[in-house]
Amino acid sequence: MSIAAASPGFLSPTGVEIAFLLVGLVTFGAALVTVTTRQLVHAALWLVVALGGLAVEYLLLTAEFIAWVQVLIYVGSVVVLLLFGLMLTKAPIGRSPDADSGNRWAALLVAGAAAAALVWVVVDAFRTTWIDLDGAAVGTTKVTGESLFQNWVLPFEALSVLLLAALVGAIVLSRKAKADAAASSRAPQERGDQGADRSEDRNTDRSAQEGAR
Amino acid sequence: MNDAVDVALRLLIVFAVFLTFPLIIGQTEHKVMAHMQGRLGPMYAGGFHGWAQLVADGVKFVQKEDVVPAGADRRVFQLAPAVALLPYLLVLLAIPIGPGEGAVGQVLDAGIFFVLAVMGVGVLGSLMAGWASANKFSLLGGLRTAAQLLAYELPMLLAAASVAMAAGTVSLPGIVHAFQWWWLPWQIVGAIVFFVAGLAELQRPPFDMPVADSEIIFGAYTEYTGLRFALFLLAEYAGIVVLCGLTTVLFLGGWHGPWGAEGLGWLWTLLKTAVLAFVVIWLRVTHPRLRADQLQKFSWTLLVPLSLAQIALTGIVKVVIS
Repeated sequence: MSIAAASPGFLSPTGVEIAFLLVGLVTFGAALVTVTTRQLVHAALWLVVALGGLAVEYLLLTAEFIAWVQVLIYVGSVVVLLLFGLMLTKAPIGRSPDADSGNRWAALLVAGAAAAALVWVVVDAFRTTWIDLDGAAVGTTKVTGESLFQNWVLPFEALSVLLLAALVGAIVLSRKAKADAAASSRAPQERGDQGADRSEDRNTDRSAQEGAR
Repeated sequence: MNDAVDVALRLLIVFAVFLTFPLIIGQTEHKVMAHMQGRLGPMYAGGFHGWAQLVADGVKFVQKEDVVPAGADRRVFQLAPAVALLPYLLVLLAIPIGPGEGAVGQVLDAGIFFVLAVMGVGVLGSLMAGWASANKFSLLGGLRTAAQLLAYELPMLLAAASVAMAAGTVSLPGIVHAFQWWWLPWQIVGAIVFFVAGLAELQRPPFDMPVADSEIIFGAYTEYTGLRFALFLLAEYAGIVVLCGLTTVLFLGGWHGPWGAEGLGWLWTLLKTAVLAFVVIWLRVTHPRLRADQLQKFSWTLLVPLSLAQIALTGIVKVVIS
């Protein structure tokens, strides 16, 4: 016991470590199904499982705040937005024959390279770091907030500016589409068109706001 | 061993609350609506003023055939009611009703994020039901649900952020501990925004466009029968319990009252929750349904600016008094 506590190893895993591994496998499996299934809405729902699994992993790493924010933003907003889009385009029940891409091998290559780079970076950075589950929690809101607003204020602000730029960009794009539509279809239908464009404008606006969150 | 019993007991109590409170609110809705409309409401089931009407309804729902439409996506269709209902059970775990350690199912460090995140997941149930039913009315209902959620989640989050700023913590018991009586006028705008946005998220009248029974035949739930339909209804009423409880805890001071906060604090929480639930029913009886464009306009041009103004006000007051 004392030796294990002094230098934790991989050979006698604790319950939390086993749970972490199992949840990781489930997350990985769900992610694989997400990109391979031929049923569009099922892909979105499997994405919920993968993102939820990630949230559980954060919880097991004691990062409670990050875990709930993950659920709030990704499951609660991003997936709802995805499903909204799928429903708007009347995603069929059952297989979509065209839900396949000629780019899949290139995509697999890029995904594999990105995953390898991330795994390498994470392993290299945290190889000898162990979270003491019995001690003070290291991922509470207080700790996260202090770290974020003391050490990482600059990246935080840079991200805010980036998101603001995306927001403004979305509004500009939708305004441009509106102006084009108004120019192409004059006189009699103008009023109806403008109404439709205005609602489209609002949609884009809304999705941009979602992104900003 | 003691810990295990403690946890089991807490879970059992929360589960009992989850099963009874929605029914109580449902029965109150029957009677209150009836009296507001000059009717009597249920009078026969159970003998005394029809108190057992919802039990009878439950028995009826269990006996009905469980139909899955031929064109539907079976598994998603059958899973949807559970996805809609379970989040509210989880949220109930985190709502404190009294000042003591034993008066909350589970103390969470980031409780406010937990409850808002998990409540957002519940809406996935309606979306799954709307898509998987293979019915145009259901699809319309699902679309309207999603559009409504996207519009109303932002003001709800901002209002909750304001009260978290005021308390300096995101833990639900922590927020109630920090509560002072003058928070009531200070946070009143946030409270109203939170409550209204919560109503919209629950799709209660006047924000019931996604389930409008007179236009799209209950929207996403058109094809559901028997027990699964009952589960969706239960989710709606459990949602009312959760929303009223959360508004009480965040904005109305939870167990704080003019007297007896120590021993009888939980009574204050329940009383405030019940009054809010009455308001929810009252709104249903007195307000006509909002149109789609009115809904979006109401959220983006009124609730979002109001909640932003509330955050600014909270920040200014917080800096001044510190």
